[in-house]
Amino acid sequence: MLTYVLKRVLFMIPTLIAVSIVAFVLIQLPPGDFVTTLAAQMSQMGDTIDPTTLAMLREQYGLNEPVWKQYFIWISNILLHGDFGRSFDWGVPVSELIWDRLGLTLVLSMTALIFTWVVALPIGIYSAVKKYSVGDYVASFMAFIGLAIPNFLLALILMYLSYRFLGISIDGLFSREYADAPWSWGKALDLGQHLIVPVIVLGTSGTAALVRIMRANLLDELYKPYVTTARAKGLSEWRLIFRYPVRSAMNPFVSTIGWTLPELVSGATVTAIVLNLPTTGPLLLRSLIAQDVYLAGAMILMLSVLTIIGTLISDLLLAWLDPRVRYQ
Amino acid sequence: MGQATTTAPHPHASPDKSVTDGRLQGLERAGAWRLFWWKFKKHRLAVGSGILIILIYLISMFAEFLAPYAPGDYGARYTYAPPQGLHIWDGENFSLHVLGYDVEFNPESYEREFIVDPEQKVPLGFFVKGSPYKMWGLFASDIHFLGPLDPSQPMYLLGADRLGRDMLSRIIYGTRVSMTVGLVGVSLSLFLGVLLGGISGYFGGHIDNAIQRLIEFLLAIPTIPLWMGLAAAIPPTLPPLQVYFMITIILSLVGWTGLARVVRGRFLAMRNEDFVTAARLDGAGEVGLILRHMLPSFSSHIIAAVTLAIPVMILSETALSFLGIGLRPPVVSWGVLLQEAQNIRSVATAPWLLTPGLAVVITVLALNFLGDGLRDAADPYAD
Repeated sequence: MLTYVLKRVLFMIPTLIAVSIVAFVLIQLPPGDFVTTLAAQMSQMGDTIDPTTLAMLREQYGLNEPVWKQYFIWISNILLHGDFGRSFDWGVPVSELIWDRLGLTLVLSMTALIFTWVVALPIGIYSAVKKYSVGDYVASFMAFIGLAIPNFLLALILMYLSYRFLGISIDGLFSREYADAPWSWGKALDLGQHLIVPVIVLGTSGTAALVRIMRANLLDELYKPYVTTARAKGLSEWRLIFRYPVRSAMNPFVSTIGWTLPELVSGATVTAIVLNLPTTGPLLLRSLIAQDVYLAGAMILMLSVLTIIGTLISDLLLAWLDPRVRYQ
Repeated sequence: MGQATTTAPHPHASPDKSVTDGRLQGLERAGAWRLFWWKFKKHRLAVGSGILIILIYLISMFAEFLAPYAPGDYGARYTYAPPQGLHIWDGENFSLHVLGYDVEFNPESYEREFIVDPEQKVPLGFFVKGSPYKMWGLFASDIHFLGPLDPSQPMYLLGADRLGRDMLSRIIYGTRVSMTVGLVGVSLSLFLGVLLGGISGYFGGHIDNAIQRLIEFLLAIPTIPLWMGLAAAIPPTLPPLQVYFMITIILSLVGWTGLARVVRGRFLAMRNEDFVTAARLDGAGEVGLILRHMLPSFSSHIIAAVTLAIPVMILSETALSFLGIGLRPPVVSWGVLLQEAQNIRSVATAPWLLTPGLAVVITVLALNFLGDGLRDAADPYAD
């Protein structure tokens, strides 16, 4: 197991490097550089900026250096000093802006992942065991609908319905009195209440996909001879199903975290923008539109890194669950 | 169907004449495409969805004629006018009409309110004269499939938007852009996917390893933030058509991975099949072997994978345009239309702004069902 863990962690390093290069390229794509944008902004507000200050800023961020050197300056500032550069839209260092939001994004994605599992597992098992029953058809139909509705549309519909029929607005993650308050039980509870709608919105498409996977996996297992043997031994039906076929059907299920997680983070971005959640989504959109490149790059980098780490955890989980994976 | 049998891999694929009476000749004498078709026909939901998709593409082809108005036609008097019901009976006779509006000023909310007035009848007709257009940029005409007989009277079957533009017409025009984004994006993905997946599966070894790592890497990045970053880098001054192509290129950057996996899997499975060995011993070159013998034998799988990739493209374009970093007005796509519904205030005053979403959901559902049916049919010998 230890060798497997080491191998997987080592394999992750090139991926992380590649992700950082992609994020850096995204920063470089818009025409002009950070300093020209800053100068343009200052002159728009009527201020002039001293050319020597501009030159100094260029020097500080190494903007006169070749691109590969700029990359090394950027990435080593991040790795060694935790310095992601400055957001010129907000006028503060990027690191001051992103950590809270990344934390909330993580909470949202993880809750949605757990929701997806808790809902998809029983429905998937039911659909497979009671194949072609009314419940199975209803589940399959809902699964298809869930796959076809884009996240943001579902968010809009839920927002409209709750506004129209309950008279409440469901955006944000905190009530007004808790928004800037320090963490307390009351605030956590408030967050929990506000998470319900975003989690449902985010979890729907993932749940739909997992129900179908679980159903297919379990159907492959249910008619194998070992199940008949167990039944012949006189094991009660539900105990039998949970003890043997469900366990082997779970394996491919665990490995799906690898691709559910990137999807959840993607979905969380759009959903957060519609529901106006204080996660990375709205900040990323705003920074992209304002060409606040360091902020945008930092967020794309960190979201990807989080996803890759999540995928690593799911791989390790799978290896722990299913020893065969380790020896491949 | 018949002409495809020549490229089928099965040694006893029959020439055209002997399969004319279909089933009588038996399963083992039917060509691959015929088997594909038989299997597909059994999947009724998929066949229905296929017909629906063809209809949607027809709508997008004849948008100018089918839409009652041009997408930019606005009516200041009818901002946020609610949808009118279509009536076909006036109590005694058949008469196609909608009911007109009365506009009232609500003194409490300071808003204009539309009230449907049963006294005002707006007679409708087929093939009526309306706003002029140029079909496919070639034929000038002003005949519309359905519209009010008197062009000055209002007809808003799905309501009107902020500028009093007809939602139905805009959805019909949006079909053109949204559906072709899927097609163009998938064609690009298909090219990349078949090329890289083919190389990966055919040559194997280090090349395969490198391409597989690349795919895994692309799948590990959350796509929406990546797309957002790329789309935001498109200069806002670019003409709409170029933005359109940039968006499709961005979408296919990730989209090819799924297709590459399918192609690679097929190549790996087929590399050691007898008919491939036979062709190789016959002196077929590498390129000829791939293009003439291997590709045709799994093109049904590729068609299925392509069908399942189109809805992903459509959903992505919709999401990007909705956020305001994809296609931009005056281009009309479903995502651009949904942009109008971005905040809860406008959705609360005009819920019909969400109708383009319904078009998205129906299309995506139909494409998924169709793709599922095609995928099942691609393995005609299974069960």
